Amino acid sequence: MGSGQREKFDNPVVEWVDSRLPVFTLMQREYGSFPVPKNFNYFWNFGAIAGVMLVTMIVTGIVLAMQYTAHTDLAFDSVERIMRDVNFGWMLRYMHSNGASFFFIAVYIHIFRGMYYGSYKGPRELLWILGVVIFLLMMATAFIGYVLPWGQMSYWGATVITNLFSALPLVGEPIVTWLWGGFSVDNPTLNRFFALHYLLPFVIFAVVFLHVWALHICGSNNPEGIEPKSEQDTVSFHPYYTIKDSFGLLFFLVLYCLFVFFAPDYLGHPDNYIPADPLVTPAHIVPEWYFLPFYAILRAITFEIGIPFTDIVFITAKLGGVIAMFGAIALWFVMPWLDTHPVRSARYRPLYRTFFILLVIDFVALGYIGSQAADAVLFGLPLSVMGLICTAYYFAFFLVILPVLSKKEKVKTLPNSIHDAVLAKNKSHS
Amino acid sequence: MKMKRTFSALLVVLALCGVVGYSSSAYAAGDTPHPPKQDWSFSGMFGTYDKGALQRGLKVYQNVCSACHGMKHLRYRNLTALGYNENQVKNIAAQYSVTDGPNDEGEMFERTAIPSDAFVSPYPNEAAAKYANNGAYPVDLSLITKARHSGSDYVYGLLTGYSEPEHGVEVPEGKYYNKYFPGHVISMAPPLSDDIVAYDDGTPTTTEQYAKDVAHFLTWAADPYMEDRKRIGLRVIIFLLVFAGIMYAYKRQLWADLH
Repeated sequence: MGSGQREKFDNPVVEWVDSRLPVFTLMQREYGSFPVPKNFNYFWNFGAIAGVMLVTMIVTGIVLAMQYTAHTDLAFDSVERIMRDVNFGWMLRYMHSNGASFFFIAVYIHIFRGMYYGSYKGPRELLWILGVVIFLLMMATAFIGYVLPWGQMSYWGATVITNLFSALPLVGEPIVTWLWGGFSVDNPTLNRFFALHYLLPFVIFAVVFLHVWALHICGSNNPEGIEPKSEQDTVSFHPYYTIKDSFGLLFFLVLYCLFVFFAPDYLGHPDNYIPADPLVTPAHIVPEWYFLPFYAILRAITFEIGIPFTDIVFITAKLGGVIAMFGAIALWFVMPWLDTHPVRSARYRPLYRTFFILLVIDFVALGYIGSQAADAVLFGLPLSVMGLICTAYYFAFFLVILPVLSKKEKVKTLPNSIHDAVLAKNKSHS
Repeated sequence: MKMKRTFSALLVVLALCGVVGYSSSAYAAGDTPHPPKQDWSFSGMFGTYDKGALQRGLKVYQNVCSACHGMKHLRYRNLTALGYNENQVKNIAAQYSVTDGPNDEGEMFERTAIPSDAFVSPYPNEAAAKYANNGAYPVDLSLITKARHSGSDYVYGLLTGYSEPEHGVEVPEGKYYNKYFPGHVISMAPPLSDDIVAYDDGTPTTTEQYAKDVAHFLTWAADPYMEDRKRIGLRVIIFLLVFAGIMYAYKRQLWADLH
């Protein structure tokens, strides 16, 4: 950063700054003339959209924090005060609560786009891994943030999720006590959750910076999954993608604002408008929608693993569920090494494409199963069985299908260049 | 190419269905029937509150519900939104007395409520409320339509859902059968009956009308900025759509040379 040749700016003030700290050169290089494959489709908008959502969350969050009180006796009422007595407090809070959902929508599309077009493959492994780190940090931040209004779902969600750590052998119980700062979810828990909820977004911001930095080292992948070879294959980031991203972002914001202004509580749970009560357990404790697929995986493991015909248990059902849930995301870290097929894009890998579409359907199905009661039945089939089947496919996709396809899959002929692919596409259209 | 387009569209639709599907299906469980949808003036993108219904609903709350249920998140000054002027609000507040203090001598004292006071709760605390109601806690109603599935319809359904026990449900002594209450056994006696509150605008004084009006009022109480929200939202959406349209046109023009 900053070393190497620098072009002079005409504006003397800009030039004065830039010769001392070349921020303008940096922006010009990374966002102005930065060469980008010219064949992106609209799925490539979601990185920028996610970035805007992160900033939206931080800005609304800081203003909300100025009015919020992190105390079990006051938290719920302080949120209501924001809704009723703070100028435009209702708007800030609805932007923040729905913003979390739309941040996750953008990030899920971004992740699955990366999977479909093989963006995790070399040389972008570290870029991908940093993305998974961001996703994990987002999950932690969102979970902790949902606890802050101190409604019934806040309290019981916090109890259920923190209790997961008690499944760890030997150290489990002490860890849970340490997380809680006591012997149940209580004021110390709420206080530290607030501190962490303020901290983690800035950690996310820092990792996003690394993520973007890594992106600008190896350049973007594209729908063809082949690297740009000549100048014909690329366009400058500005104006081509600044304008395209702006359009995509604005369209996304329309959907976001429809929820913020016309269905602000639709994605939330009514129980969270009931103040937390440690003595009353809600009928169904359900996490926010963006956690449901992983929640389904957690609940799918209902069997113990041990030595058959004895009482010896190595992994209890609870621990098994926790391992499966965290494992489901941990697999993303090693995805570049599970799938070693030389071709990136699913466009040229028909088998991978089919199995991937099944994975997306599987993931949505898991989300549905996670939303239902544990003993629910659909079309005469117990959902717990379907949950186990879907979980099995999820793991099989990463652990069996990817490695096998890496060795066996025959691919369609790749185009010579991105430019050729674009030309061929235009021909077929006209 | 067509296939790919279709696939992209399919993915987006799937994702959206996922989001919408989860949240609508997530909470439908148990054997309690969904309360039927009522026709509310505040439904839909352009719906607004009916001030007449709000004022009648306040009256029902004051005369019936407030004997047991508080609404602590509301302040009397909020009632200007119902169409009352400041003097009327002062008079409404003046019907109540609140404990204030300590004064210069360190004593707590009673005084008449003023518009900036919160709605006075019928009981000093939860324990007192339970003690007076056979152990059942009459919940605060400030947020009731947000804190229940199908909020306004639920309140209306509950208030009109009392009947003789059905489906062999056992109702213990001192409890009541209600079609829309989870589990059907409710501690609250049927609060409404015809002609218990006088209306001065000629609206029929039936149980159904009371239930409708008080549900309307409680919906406002839980969501007092709904009208502002929708009005601002409409402008925001129109602005974004126009802006997005301009950017789309610009994008097409810019990219036309490349394709």
